[in-house]
Order: sequence, then structure tokens, then C-alpha cells
Amino acid sequence: MHRYRFVLWRPFQLLPVLFGISVLVFVMVRSIPGDPARILLGVRSTPQAIARIRAQYGLDEPLWLQYFYFVRNLLQGEMGKSIIYRVDTLKLIDSRIQPTIFLVLGSVLLAVLIAVPLATGAARYRGRLADHAIRLISTIGLGLPAFWLGIMVILLFSISLHWFPVSGYGSDWAERLHHLFLPCLTVALALSAVLTRNLRASLLMELQNDYVTAARARGLSENHIFWRHVMPNSLIPTINLLAVNIGWLIGGTVVIESVFAIPGLGQLLVKAIISRDYMVVQGVVLVFALATVAVNLLADLLTVALDPRVKL
Amino acid sequence: MTATQSVAAIGRRVLPGGNTLTVGIVILAAWVLVALLCPWIAPFDPISQDADATLLPPNPAHPFGTDNFGRDILSRVMWGTRIDLQICFIGVAFPFVLGTIVGAVSGYVGGALDTLLMRLIDIVLAFPFLVLMLAIIAILGPGISSFYIAMAMVGWVSYARLVRSQVLSLKHRDFILAARSLGYSHGRILFFHLLPNALASSIVFAMSDCVLVLLSGASVSYLGLGVQPPVAEWGVMVAEGQGFITTAWWITTFPGLAIVALAMGFSFLADGLGDKLGARP
Repeated sequence: MHRYRFVLWRPFQLLPVLFGISVLVFVMVRSIPGDPARILLGVRSTPQAIARIRAQYGLDEPLWLQYFYFVRNLLQGEMGKSIIYRVDTLKLIDSRIQPTIFLVLGSVLLAVLIAVPLATGAARYRGRLADHAIRLISTIGLGLPAFWLGIMVILLFSISLHWFPVSGYGSDWAERLHHLFLPCLTVALALSAVLTRNLRASLLMELQNDYVTAARARGLSENHIFWRHVMPNSLIPTINLLAVNIGWLIGGTVVIESVFAIPGLGQLLVKAIISRDYMVVQGVVLVFALATVAVNLLADLLTVALDPRVKL
Repeated sequence: MTATQSVAAIGRRVLPGGNTLTVGIVILAAWVLVALLCPWIAPFDPISQDADATLLPPNPAHPFGTDNFGRDILSRVMWGTRIDLQICFIGVAFPFVLGTIVGAVSGYVGGALDTLLMRLIDIVLAFPFLVLMLAIIAILGPGISSFYIAMAMVGWVSYARLVRSQVLSLKHRDFILAARSLGYSHGRILFFHLLPNALASSIVFAMSDCVLVLLSGASVSYLGLGVQPPVAEWGVMVAEGQGFITTAWWITTFPGLAIVALAMGFSFLADGLGDKLGARP
């Protein structure tokens, strides 16, 4: 199992990036004009509370020590309190993270469901009308602003056809699924444009390999060759593409959550920025950055698991 | 740039002659003309309200309809061209200049400085693009100038990487060696010999980056963190119309189409330039 040895040391390689992320967020929050203690507590705060915060974050100490306290507080799950919601930032994030996770997962799932058949069609009928049509559709998909696409989707499926609710999240699982479908579809349409293009290219590359010719010579059916040999090999670069796009995907959910009024992390971030709830901004930005790093690590793992030739 | 490549591929097939550069220039020239001429060609004032003409559907007097304040959507889309073109140009210019200088110096000097700058790029790239931008806007306060600063602070990394890799591959070529042996200063070699040769691919990238910047600027404004109402900006217009989507589809639809059309123009131009300069980022 030495192929998987990197699982142990890869996280250590990420330490400089994690250190950098924490420094960047620390610097960002410290560069907000005004007294940090008042920023942490809000305008109406008692002198006692300010003194307590000053001690907890070491605000009277030199900057490097302040950074040390900042990291120590983070590691203890202490991200400060939301001024607006009057709860711990971590608790707030915990209560909002579920819709965002489902939105991202649902979008990826739908995007794959859209992209695989389209890319398959385009690759197998290369240069014919189907190929051109599919490429045209995926090109248009890339140029569309997500927030506008979301509203157009609402216009069609919610207002004209009454198939789905206009916005919100719902209280039980069936309702949530119903509410999340259109937002997922919106993100998926944009994402599948990238995926289709990429998967088509890697399918075409795989189809030119010698093993395809060999399989044909052995008399295997085209369907068998395509689905059992070509497709699995083509999916590996696509998984990496998904991981590279996770940052873009998170950015997309921030916008889409606002379009569909989904109570997730993205909407929380936007509202926190508008109401200057800095501790919440810091918390959500950190969570998003960590998620991006984690997803990329996961993609590395998956690539090794799927492709025996790859060693990291 | 798969996106622009494929736009161009379709352009070649759909358009007779298939010169994507020309098509891109024509689309963009049309938008620039609209931006320059909007005081004369826009039928109405973009922010003057008309209480007798609210929420009118498209009709001969108002081809794109009117919004809840009775403002003419066509005129607002036309005036919005000025703001959104400005977003593209300023939003690309800052990262371009900053990233080019950082990338060129980093690649030319090498050593510890190069390592340090590359690690910084890794860290910036660890954040989701839009999230980091929103975080910077949060500190600076909402507004279009905050967007420009955030764009510069986040967007420079792509240019820095691109220019650095070009400089790295060029700096051991004979013509640089020749310049060195003539005793030219490092600054002269870097900025007058290396950079002009390293710029082609980042100029092409800047054109396709205009699409990303346009979409980001419109998204940020849509979220209420960029251009502020009542200024006629396309993202703001989409946001303003969302509340009336059940009764007045035209308020949001037309500004969105304008974004798509402008983005297409930049894509074509980027690809045409890429073909001309033989440079693909």
C-alpha cells in the first residue's frame, strides 16, 4: 500500500498554505479601521467586555503575539461572536452549513448528469450536427451570469410552469429537495458547460489510444469499449477539473444562495458584509478556504485511488 | 482558454469568413459606440422617474419596457454600457499591471524572492476567488472602488504566473545573453527586452479575463456590494428587477442579455488576438 503513503505526509505539505490563510485572514481583520475590541463586540459594549476581549485576543500585546492568540482561539473553535445574531460565529456557521453543502453536492451531481451524456454524444458523433449543437450550448452556458440565469430559471420553472418554489429552503427533507433543485440546476448549468467541454476533449484523446484499437481487434463491441475502457479513463481528469473548480463553485453558491434566498453560508457572508458583522465574515471566509484546500486534497486521493499509474 | 477557443470554433463555422478577431472588434466597437453616444441615442434619461409610465411592458415608445419607477429600460441598458465597460477596463488594468510587474521581477530575479512570491500566489489561490474578493470588499466597505481594489489584490496572481513562466523561458535565450554582454542594466533588460516578448500571452489572457471581471463586477453589484443604485449598471438593474419578476420580466431580462452580449464580444476578441499573436495562455 505504499501508493497511499502520501496520505500521511500530504497534509503536512499543506501546512504552509494553512499558515498563509490564517495570516491573510488575521491581517484582513486587523486592517479594519477602528478599535479591534469594538469591532469584535459591536458599538454598544461594556468596558468590562472590552477588557475581557483585550485579554483574550491579547490586543495590548505585540502583533506577532496577537497572531498567536488569534490562532490559539481558532484552534479552540473560538471565532468571536456575531454582533447581529448575538451567538458564537462557529454555532452560526454550524446552523448554516447544511444548505450550502447540499447545494454544492447537488450541483456537482446534476452537472455530471448533464455533462456525461452531452460529452458522450459530442465525442461519439464528433464533427456531426449533435457535436456542434452540444458545443454551442456549452459555450453559451459559459457566458451567462449565474445570478441572471437563476432568475431566468425561476421565471420559467417557478412562475410560468409552477413546478418549483420561487425561493427559500423548506422544513423537511422532501421540501428541501424541492427547494434546492432549481438553485442546483442553475449552478450545474454553468458548471456542466466547463465539464462537457473538458470531458469531450479527454474522451476524444482516449479514443485515439492503442488500447482502443486493440480492444476493437479483439472484437469487443463499441459500447463495451466506450463505457468500460474509455469512460473510466476520461473521468480522472474531470475529477481534477471539479476540484480545481471548487473555488469557483463556492463563489457560485454565494451568489445563487442570495438569488434563491437559501439560508446557507453564502447568504450569511453577504448579509454579514452589508451589516459589518466582521467576525462572521472572518469565520465564513476561513471555512470556505479550508473547504477548498480539503477538496483539493480529496481529489488528489481519488486520482491515486482511480489511476494506478499516478504516484504522488 | 477552452471557453474562448470553442466560442471561436463556433464563430468560424457560423460566420462567413470566420474572422473571430473582426467579429470581436465589431461587437466591442458597437458597445463602445453605444457608451459614447448614449446621451444622444438613448431615448430617455436613465434615472429620471415617470410615475405615469411604471412597469410598462415593451412597446414602441419603450422597446425594453419600463421599471417600477417608470424609468426606460433601453436607456438604462445603454447608459449601463459606460459603467460596465469601465468595470472591464479598470478591473483588468490594475491586476494586469500589478501581476505583470510581480511576475516579471519574480521570474527574472529568481531565488528567495521568487519562492516567496510563488508561495503568496498559492495562498491567494487557496481562497475561492469571489469569496476573497468579498472579504476585501467587506473591509473596505461596499462600493465600486472597493471592487477595483479587491479585483487588483486577487486578480494579479494569474498575470504574475503567466508572465513569470514566459520570463523564465526567455531569460536564457541568446538575445538576452547578447543584451547582458553589451552591459545593459537589469532594469533595461527586464523592461525593454524581456517584457515586450513576454506580454503577448498575458494580453490575450487580459481580453478573456474581461469576461470574468465583467461577470464578477455585475455579480458583486447584484449582491449590493459594488455599484450602488440608482446608477444604471446591469447587475444592479437585474437585482432591482428581481422583486418584480412575477409581473415584469423585462426589467431583469434585458440587462442580463446585455452582459451576455458584451462577454461574447470579449471572448471573440481574445481568441482572434490569440490566433494573430500565436499566443495561447
